[in-house]
Amino acid sequence: MRLGSTFKVAFRALRRNKLRSALTALGIIIGVGAVIAMVGIGSGAKAQVEAQIASLGENVILVFSGSTTASGIRTGWGGAGTLKIEDAEAIRREVPGVSAVSEEVPSNTQIAAGNQNWFTRVLGESADYFDIRQWPLAEGAPFTPQDVRSANKVCIIGKTTASQIFGNDDPIGQTLRIKNVPFSVLGVLIPKGLSAQGLDQDDVVIMPYTSAMKRVSGGTTLRNINIQVANASDLEPAQQQIIALLRQRHNIRPGRDDDFTVRNQQEIAQAATATTEVMTGLLGAIAGVSLVVGGIGIMNIMLVSVTERTREIGTRMAVGAHGRDILTQFLIEAVSLSAVGGLLGIILGIAASKILSVWKDWPSLISPSSIIIAFMVSAAVGIFFGFYPARTASRLDPIDALRYE
Amino acid sequence: MTDNGTSVVKLVDVHKIYRSGEMEVHAVRGVSLEIARGEFVALMGASGSGKSTLMNVLGCLDRPTSGRYLLDGHDVSHLSRDQLADIRNQKLGFVFQNFNLLPRTSARENVELPLLYGKHHLSNAQLRERADRVLDSVGLHGREEHHPSQLSGGQQQRVAIARALINNPEVLLADEPTGNLDSHTSVEIMGIFQELNDRGITIIMVTHEADIAAFARRNVIMRDGLVRSDRAVSKRLIASQEVGKIAPVDDMVQPLG
Repeated sequence: MRLGSTFKVAFRALRRNKLRSALTALGIIIGVGAVIAMVGIGSGAKAQVEAQIASLGENVILVFSGSTTASGIRTGWGGAGTLKIEDAEAIRREVPGVSAVSEEVPSNTQIAAGNQNWFTRVLGESADYFDIRQWPLAEGAPFTPQDVRSANKVCIIGKTTASQIFGNDDPIGQTLRIKNVPFSVLGVLIPKGLSAQGLDQDDVVIMPYTSAMKRVSGGTTLRNINIQVANASDLEPAQQQIIALLRQRHNIRPGRDDDFTVRNQQEIAQAATATTEVMTGLLGAIAGVSLVVGGIGIMNIMLVSVTERTREIGTRMAVGAHGRDILTQFLIEAVSLSAVGGLLGIILGIAASKILSVWKDWPSLISPSSIIIAFMVSAAVGIFFGFYPARTASRLDPIDALRYE
Repeated sequence: MTDNGTSVVKLVDVHKIYRSGEMEVHAVRGVSLEIARGEFVALMGASGSGKSTLMNVLGCLDRPTSGRYLLDGHDVSHLSRDQLADIRNQKLGFVFQNFNLLPRTSARENVELPLLYGKHHLSNAQLRERADRVLDSVGLHGREEHHPSQLSGGQQQRVAIARALINNPEVLLADEPTGNLDSHTSVEIMGIFQELNDRGITIIMVTHEADIAAFARRNVIMRDGLVRSDRAVSKRLIASQEVGKIAPVDDMVQPLG
């Protein structure tokens, strides 16, 4: 076989038209670069959302009060008052696999200390809450089950709250006034950043839910119950049993809607990542269009090249080139352009997404598979768009080609 | 299939008919011609005489419609496109009126071209060595790296001759090799042809200029698709003597690029 020589012939031809070769490859460089960067940014956004969901804690089931037949979790924050402390205790007692339960009583209120005050979110929780959320303390100690039983006036604060109220002072042991009730600050949580919904999770005060009911919100119902199961495999059965248990406890007859909503973390994650998946697909599709345009650029140049180089093709045939040699030569030229373009495009795409992630603070995630696929696609574009011009060239009649003006 | 050993080219009643739509053009109407090894034949005739068509057949670029063509004793009348390409590569060398060199490509790479389509794969060093040797033999030593645009017409035609010679062909086919050259350079090219012919290379040259044909040993004149005259050249010109009589138009070496 003389494939080696054909490669030599093709590379010599490309080298003869350096500028044109570079410009043709540029179409592919931009196309592949765009695909890599766009998909990278999309995947990065998805990974970020997934990380935020994971910050809810592992193997978590959330039970919300109030019935929500409408879509979405957030409309479920109704606080219809259907969840009781006894419901949470029944879950803790009767559902196998449950390792931790935290009764949640949220409210938004003004807090004060010294001459500072701040409007923030106050969460009543059980002592398990910090384990469920995998949220350790930066300093101090968490409140205990004893504090919960006794409804002690103690609290743990988030980093944002700490800096807003106490500035640079050490908050441990200080007193926080909430609705004129003095609470002792036991500890400060490590910063957790923004939630999937964009809320500052560190702008918070967490206290025993009993204290929150008695001294802050004044209610007797729970808005939601955070439940953690020991193993991921327990998640589904535990969720089913919680539903059955709560229906029974709430005397809901078969056929009637639940007066509560149960979501597990995977469902929340799916809902949250669905948007970013659509975005990734959309960005990828737009970038894919530019890749196709790049391919058409290659075809255009190769067709012009075949016409312009008709005499050259005739000369090659006169000195012994087979039609197949010409076909292979033009295909190699097209594929080389697109493959080199693809490689440079991958580098460009990675660079662009890195720059964007630094400059705009957009996370980007470039997977090896997207690099491999982008390269294969660019080579395939070369074959696909190079074939027709190459075949046209290979079918020229040497006599006509030699006489072509 | 082998014929007598002295005939390198033997045409037996060759016809060539072109069909373009309804029209039939009978370009060659039964030509029989024998050319012995070492001959220098000028193929002459007015345009439309069929000389170019016959040249295409002789050059294995085209197949005769009927009749036989024996090249080096082998019948090549019915070979496939690819087989003809191999014959052109191994046994024939082409020199064209407009040189047909690859633009923006060095003289050396132009000369290497037939080797790239040859049966044997050669290393870059082998390609270079062979190309440089042939370029040297046509007087282009030191110009291996020049592109066609940096060479004069005569030098470009020498590159083309070097390309034609690289595979040691049985026959050198030249189609109006001096058509784009001034008379001084034309005589120089004829000098190269005579030199090659003296070394034993068979040359078939199409020309319509009688004074160029006079450098050949034998003139074949065609008209209306038939050979009308076939005779040895009586007052053959010798290029080395003629070249002094024509003043060069200019210095010839005129790099353009």
